[in-house]
Amino acid sequence: MTTYVLRRLALMVPVAFLVTIGVFMLIHLTPGDPALIILGEDRSPQAIAAIHQQLGLDQPLYVQYLIWLGHILHLDLGRSITTHQSVTTAITERLPATLELGAVALIWSLLVGIPLGTIAAVRRGSIADRLATGFTVGGVSIPNFFIGIVLIFALSVSLRLFPFGGYVPFIQDPFENLRHVVLPAIALGTAGAAINMRFTRSSMIEVLNNDYIRTARAKGASWRRVVFIHALKNALIPVVTIVGLQIGGIIEGAVVTETVFTWPGVGRLAVESILNRDYTVVQGIVLLAAFSYMFANLVVDVVYGWLDPRISFA
Amino acid sequence: MSNAPALLTSQASIRRTRIQLLALGRTHPAVTFATALVALLFLVALLAPLISPHDPIAVNADDSYLPPLSPSHLLGTDELGRDLFSRMLWGARVSLPVAFVAVAVGLFVGGLIGLVSGYAGGVIDLLLMRFIDALLAFPALILAIAIVAALGPGLRNAMIAIGIVAIPGYARLVRALVLQLKQMEFITRSLGATPMRLIVRHLIPNLLNPIIVQISLSAGFAILAEATLSFLGLGAQVPTPDWGQMINSGATFLENDPWLAIVPGAAISLTVYSFNLLGDSLRDALDPRLRS
Repeated sequence: MTTYVLRRLALMVPVAFLVTIGVFMLIHLTPGDPALIILGEDRSPQAIAAIHQQLGLDQPLYVQYLIWLGHILHLDLGRSITTHQSVTTAITERLPATLELGAVALIWSLLVGIPLGTIAAVRRGSIADRLATGFTVGGVSIPNFFIGIVLIFALSVSLRLFPFGGYVPFIQDPFENLRHVVLPAIALGTAGAAINMRFTRSSMIEVLNNDYIRTARAKGASWRRVVFIHALKNALIPVVTIVGLQIGGIIEGAVVTETVFTWPGVGRLAVESILNRDYTVVQGIVLLAAFSYMFANLVVDVVYGWLDPRISFA
Repeated sequence: MSNAPALLTSQASIRRTRIQLLALGRTHPAVTFATALVALLFLVALLAPLISPHDPIAVNADDSYLPPLSPSHLLGTDELGRDLFSRMLWGARVSLPVAFVAVAVGLFVGGLIGLVSGYAGGVIDLLLMRFIDALLAFPALILAIAIVAALGPGLRNAMIAIGIVAIPGYARLVRALVLQLKQMEFITRSLGATPMRLIVRHLIPNLLNPIIVQISLSAGFAILAEATLSFLGLGAQVPTPDWGQMINSGATFLENDPWLAIVPGAAISLTVYSFNLLGDSLRDALDPRLRS
């Protein structure tokens, strides 16, 4: 197991290296000179040259990359071009809101996806199964920003049950915090719920066809006990993979959902930064998203092997 | 001479694939239904200039905010008095070409990488797959957003970005299939053939079924990604009648004129649903393990 983890970590190194090159090149592919964005109206050649020197843009590209990589290794993502705030600080300030939204969305996706998938598998071919299967295709087909807008229209604008945007910190008012997080979490978690449902269903169908399930039934175990005690535990193993990837992809989903609900997280920061052409912040967020996704992949592989000992680590 | 039975098997398998695809419509109603939906969408995109009752970008301030079922405006008008039904029809002319180009980029580049990687193996495989791993390290939408952020907002750059995002899926799929096929008897027995002949005559025809499924699913993703980029202001720009961009501007008027956001949202959902349904039903129909 340790060898496997070390081998996976070693394989991550060249990929991580390529990812850093890709993210670094982002700022250099960008049309326009960052110095002009920083300077605004004052665009004298001397001022531009001074900014170039300050940002290291007068150095050869590989030197700039190595300097940037050195800073990254010290968790220094540079400074925002527009606000001059440290990018690391800007991200860490916004991260708790994104993590909260991601966690609630994940809980929603599990609470909906797993029971629906189990029901669909146990009653395979029934109307419930057909409805649940329709939900899976629909859930991944409707854009999460559209789900958000429909929820705002139905539950905020029409019924006035929930606020249509904004954020209240949990410490300040736990109840208001939960009221604000419900709609964005449903919007963000619905596609995940559909995917979890689909995986649970197919995995459960496979497990229910196994000999040990037939044996359990033959020994007199009730159908409920067989499904919830014997089958579900094993059926959820493949779901772990997809849930792990959903955790790794929280920032991805948050980009749109946070914009719709004016949720002050990393996703909204990313969109604001793109529109303000604040590329150092964009660079930092893309790097964070890529590394959290890679890390989630690694954790998923390891957990999957730990849960299912038949998987070989050779 | 000894190759004959194996080659016959190969040719028979290709013929069977063609027959299977034609017969699917009869045996799998879901495939027929999804194909009809997708065909209808293409027809709408093709005929939009002929069937649109109004110019989709013509501003008419006197007719702004007309509700659906108004005289001469079936789905009403937006804040600038533009006919929503016409804009919705023309939206298909934006979304479907984006999907087409993005899928073509992904299929061509990704397919080529997968084919070379799987066929050549060794160092070439190792290097190409690390490149693909690096692309896969980014969540798909984040990568698309990052590329558009670098290249600048706009429909053309959105197409390129979504196409790049689609590359790893095709590369991984084609490589895995080629590795599988390389072990098969009809391929190992055909090793006397030139690599080009082997690839064109034996490998590519056997890759078609899974690739058709992947094309349907990635077209759905491409439309969703384009709508998302446009919604965020990174794809199609004003006044292009784009569904994502229409939702963005319609969301401002949700309290009094919800249809401005709901109509284009429904159009995106239906389009993506059609492609996903086509991909899913084709996969179910073509995968022998799922057929039972």
